[in-house]
Amino acid sequence: MIAPVDTRIVGHSVERLEDRALLMGQARFVDDIAFPGMLHIAFVRSPHAHALINSIDKSAALDMPGVHAVLTMDDIAPLLADRLLKVALPSPAYRQELHRPVLADKEVVHVGEAIAAVIAESRYVAEDAAALVFVDFDTLPVANDCRDAMAPDAPRAHHGAPHNIAAEFDMGYGDCVSAFAGAAHVLKETYWQHRGVAQSMECRGVVANLDPMSDVLTLWSSTQTPHAGKRVLCGLLGRDEDKMRVITPDVGGGFGPKLVFYPEEAIVALAAQMLQAPVKWIEDRREHFVATTQERDQYWDMEIAVDAQGKILGLRGLLIHDHGAYTARGVNIAYGSAAAITLPYVVPNYFLDIKLVATNKVSVTPIRGAGQPQAVFVMERLLDRVARELKIDRAEVRRRNLVPGAAMPYKTPLKTRGGMQVVLDSGDYPATQKAALDAAGWEDFKIRQNDARAQGRYIGIGVANYVEGTGRGPFEPVSVRVAENGRIHVASGAAAMGQSTKTMLAQVVAEQLGCDMSNIVVVAGDTGAIELGMGGFNSRQAVMAGSSAHAAALKIRKKILLVASHMLNVGEQALEIEGRVVRLKGGGAQVELAEIAKAVAGLPGYYIPGNVEPGLQATEHVIINDMTYANGTCAVEVEVDVETGLVTVARVVFAHDCGKMLHPKIVEGQIIGGIAHGLGNALFEWMAYDENAQPVSNTLAEYLLITATEMPPPVEFVHLESPSPLNELGIKGVGESGVIPMTAAVASAIEDALAPFNVNITKVPLSPPDIIALIDAATRKGA
Amino acid sequence: MKPPPFSYHDPATLSQAVELLATLDNAKPLAGGQSLMPMLNMRFVLPDHVVDLNGIAELSGVRITESRVEIGAMTRQREVEFSAEIAQACPILIEALHHVGHRQTRNRGTIGGSICHLDPAAELPTLACALDAVIDVIGPNGARQIAFADFPVGYMTPSIELNEIVTRVSFPLWPREAGHSFQEFARRHGDFAIVSAAAMLLVDPAGRISRATLALGGVAATPLRMHEVEAALIGQMATPETFRAAAELCRKVEAVGDVYVSASYRQHLAVVMSKRALAQSFSRCGAMQKH
Amino acid sequence: MDSAVDTRTISLTVNGKAYSKAVSVRMTLADFLRHELRLTGTHVGCEHGVCGACTILFDGMSARSCLMLAVQANGHELTTVEGLANGDEMHPLQQALSEHHGLQCGFCTPGMLTTLVELLRDNPSPSADDVRIAISGNLCRCTGYEGIISATLDAAEKMRAGGVK
Repeated sequence: MIAPVDTRIVGHSVERLEDRALLMGQARFVDDIAFPGMLHIAFVRSPHAHALINSIDKSAALDMPGVHAVLTMDDIAPLLADRLLKVALPSPAYRQELHRPVLADKEVVHVGEAIAAVIAESRYVAEDAAALVFVDFDTLPVANDCRDAMAPDAPRAHHGAPHNIAAEFDMGYGDCVSAFAGAAHVLKETYWQHRGVAQSMECRGVVANLDPMSDVLTLWSSTQTPHAGKRVLCGLLGRDEDKMRVITPDVGGGFGPKLVFYPEEAIVALAAQMLQAPVKWIEDRREHFVATTQERDQYWDMEIAVDAQGKILGLRGLLIHDHGAYTARGVNIAYGSAAAITLPYVVPNYFLDIKLVATNKVSVTPIRGAGQPQAVFVMERLLDRVARELKIDRAEVRRRNLVPGAAMPYKTPLKTRGGMQVVLDSGDYPATQKAALDAAGWEDFKIRQNDARAQGRYIGIGVANYVEGTGRGPFEPVSVRVAENGRIHVASGAAAMGQSTKTMLAQVVAEQLGCDMSNIVVVAGDTGAIELGMGGFNSRQAVMAGSSAHAAALKIRKKILLVASHMLNVGEQALEIEGRVVRLKGGGAQVELAEIAKAVAGLPGYYIPGNVEPGLQATEHVIINDMTYANGTCAVEVEVDVETGLVTVARVVFAHDCGKMLHPKIVEGQIIGGIAHGLGNALFEWMAYDENAQPVSNTLAEYLLITATEMPPPVEFVHLESPSPLNELGIKGVGESGVIPMTAAVASAIEDALAPFNVNITKVPLSPPDIIALIDAATRKGA
Repeated sequence: MKPPPFSYHDPATLSQAVELLATLDNAKPLAGGQSLMPMLNMRFVLPDHVVDLNGIAELSGVRITESRVEIGAMTRQREVEFSAEIAQACPILIEALHHVGHRQTRNRGTIGGSICHLDPAAELPTLACALDAVIDVIGPNGARQIAFADFPVGYMTPSIELNEIVTRVSFPLWPREAGHSFQEFARRHGDFAIVSAAAMLLVDPAGRISRATLALGGVAATPLRMHEVEAALIGQMATPETFRAAAELCRKVEAVGDVYVSASYRQHLAVVMSKRALAQSFSRCGAMQKH
Repeated sequence: MDSAVDTRTISLTVNGKAYSKAVSVRMTLADFLRHELRLTGTHVGCEHGVCGACTILFDGMSARSCLMLAVQANGHELTTVEGLANGDEMHPLQQALSEHHGLQCGFCTPGMLTTLVELLRDNPSPSADDVRIAISGNLCRCTGYEGIISATLDAAEKMRAGGVK
């Protein structure tokens, strides 16, 4: 299945560039940055989900020794080009503008919204003083549940708003009305899925420093998108582009929310400018629960029409999406859900009505998977229903509907958010499913299941297919430069947050330029190192930045060989780059990369060898508008303790195709991490709120992340590699693959385990009490 | 999430600590810190004074007598967990400790701290309830002993004065041939229990239950001693049906519900955990007792 | 700096080096190590004792440094992630974590390492389940723990073979 690798670095699990510093405690995360005289911020945040602000009294806080300033909107508004952060992606679907204010001053619309920034000599003192800022509120009714909030008379999330619809649109094609009218079977179901909080182990954090010599304001932020952040800051603060720099230091995980620009980044930058002092704010875990964006609830009211053989005729329904209080990114999660649901399958007719509803909870923006896990959950649950109703094997129903391998590239009638047609570029979905089923022993499982049931044990197996749109374009620039000491410097806007981006870029470049990973220095995510950049999200780094790195390295390679051929007086074809030298193939004459770099730097009055353009530097931004689609099939085995409701995940088999793998170990690492996240979404993670939209999950003892003891035995992989035709390297993204099919596969497995009780699973997460309730309800119904 | 301002005191002797707590206003004793420190970091408690007990050597140590295990209040949970003598004399204590937090927290956390904190879902108070532990406290008015039955006065509220310090927790021993079991249902390894059950059984040579104890943690605001279940067991033949029927009595307990777990689920688990604890206890009763 | 509370001078040993420093009595040990001693390898992830990122060895025993006051370290001996390697030569656990891709963003790694160093000292031949239980108080959002578990088993084997302590 996997083509033999004829490369030396690319395709091999080489040592990661990032590891040594991280393992030795020498990495530099944002909270590791310190300046003499640095000041610290603590934010005063709203304790109410919805309230009007009558007044803010900061006098007692200002009187406290060690406090340097307390900033509210009144203080900062004169210095800002806009009081609002207008960062939403464009869409015709918006029904109202819900931009976040830099600081709330008239109304707060979710618990945790920042109202004032207390700046003090230490975080300890800043927190002392923050408790002394008195805000006089008038509380207002809340929009809590997004379904209730759609009602015409529902309390408004924003005071005076005409309604709570943040955006609405529909998606579809074909003729659902006819398809459903003539269908042999129509099945209806309502699904609810909850995702929750990103919980990167490092919370957010920002340090800013204004250099008095250069007047450059530098911001270090634990962000996935430094270039976008710089653009926003230049606009807000009115700074010239060359007087503003944003750097991502080592980032302790992103998982989505760190791609958003936040009020705190603006405040820290502004405070450093106002106070002419270095300023730091490090988000603490409690803030992460209320001030970092989340991905919460989706309710799907769905119908599927199939013929007598279980072939899909149509799919239609309504998706209600909890948008949170503000538009911090766009309509993209709901769009991504709607656009993902049909992808693995041939769905001739499709219509989905989509409502994004404002609530008094922190804004919703993508978390790893970005709406796709929800779509896969709904589709796979529906197919399990079809299998049950038509008495067809669950895998067989899927096989009958999967896009056939021979149909690739398969033009779907769907369009991306940018209006481009969705074309599934490559892959063999039925073969992937078969590979997973074979590895999982799907056919024989029934025997094991019956044996177990005879012993009073309830085991089950589930399966789910996914297709993930990866490599969001249009480009990610990469520059490659050979310095005069022979070191190769690679810079990219492709910010790294743990996904091995530096290693990936170094691999692609090293493959062309001497295959010496230790000779490569990578800067990922520094606006001072490269002018343009998009950042890290949407499983795009390897596809987009990797392609640019490849193009830039090839360009430099060509130039190096040309110059070397002149310096050594031999033909280019006779030369190879090995380590830090260019040499005759098979040995003999050689010239160091350092000498070549010096030669092309030029000497006054002398020719540059080969008459090439000066310098050994190339910046490429390969444009790829179309997304490349990775796919996979996950099979999960569970055991359910029907007395307690405990679900133990006994086995995970993961067959997938992400095109050519640049680094198999990193690919597996990305997938396993996603699987862990997805198992959490299936069984553990729940961001609970009470009826007043007050968050109830406020600590990591309440919001449950999966730990080592709940993880299944090692994931069993089947790697398939169908190279993407859309990029030179043949790669597809993989960063989110693991998470996408997990809730669906787990739900399917639990339902299978509990088949004797005939339960119907329509929601995740599933806690032990939920399992017992399902069994009780089914038992009562059966009795 | 930084601790609020306070003055710090680190007495070297128990009498100094008693003196400090008697004279300082709004003082909080600091034991292993595994509960108090998070509460300080979150500013849920705002003491003016923190009296650190970690320097008081006389509060640490384990002593095993004929009838009980006596554990100094500041003895680390880890020390008990790894004590071969306690494993012999009171194995249920080790079994309970395996459910207490994680290695890192047991290395610091103390026996007395956990008992005083009195989290209803914590393992040690549940065990103390099952075993009729005795808590020694000292204060400006001298020392006294509190039976565990009289120790909790409400949710996370022990019957000790603000100026008193727990000095020792004593667990009465059962005969060697007794069977024991500490069963816990938690969402993840090391989490507080949703429901835990601590049980011990003695069975006579005829196979009749001669002595039984059962306590439930996590179910209510304080650990619950299930006297009704114990009474139902005494004199009965130790069979699965006996345990099932006795455990079923737990379904009537008054249970607390929250946003994560309903009261009825806790009642349901109380039955399941009790049944399992009783069955396992019986399976561990001394061999000569079982036929 | 902390205008609000008293300071005390504490003396302690960290990674074999003696320090004596005045410290605010309310400062957590994690903050002291990171911001006063500039040993920033110890990470702060939750400040309520759940995530395990701040785990250090306190007199050889793993402890959460966010749940201790710096003043409590007076007279004690601490090891942080910076003290695990032998100069430039990584500890077998560090080496194995790299080889098994047992880290991605690396934020939880210092706490994993200190916890696992203690485990392998006390139990040189752990089972996979022993390792899982040992790190059940250390959260990782990137790796799914798998690489960490296999790395630990591998390091244990190498340490047994090489007689490394």
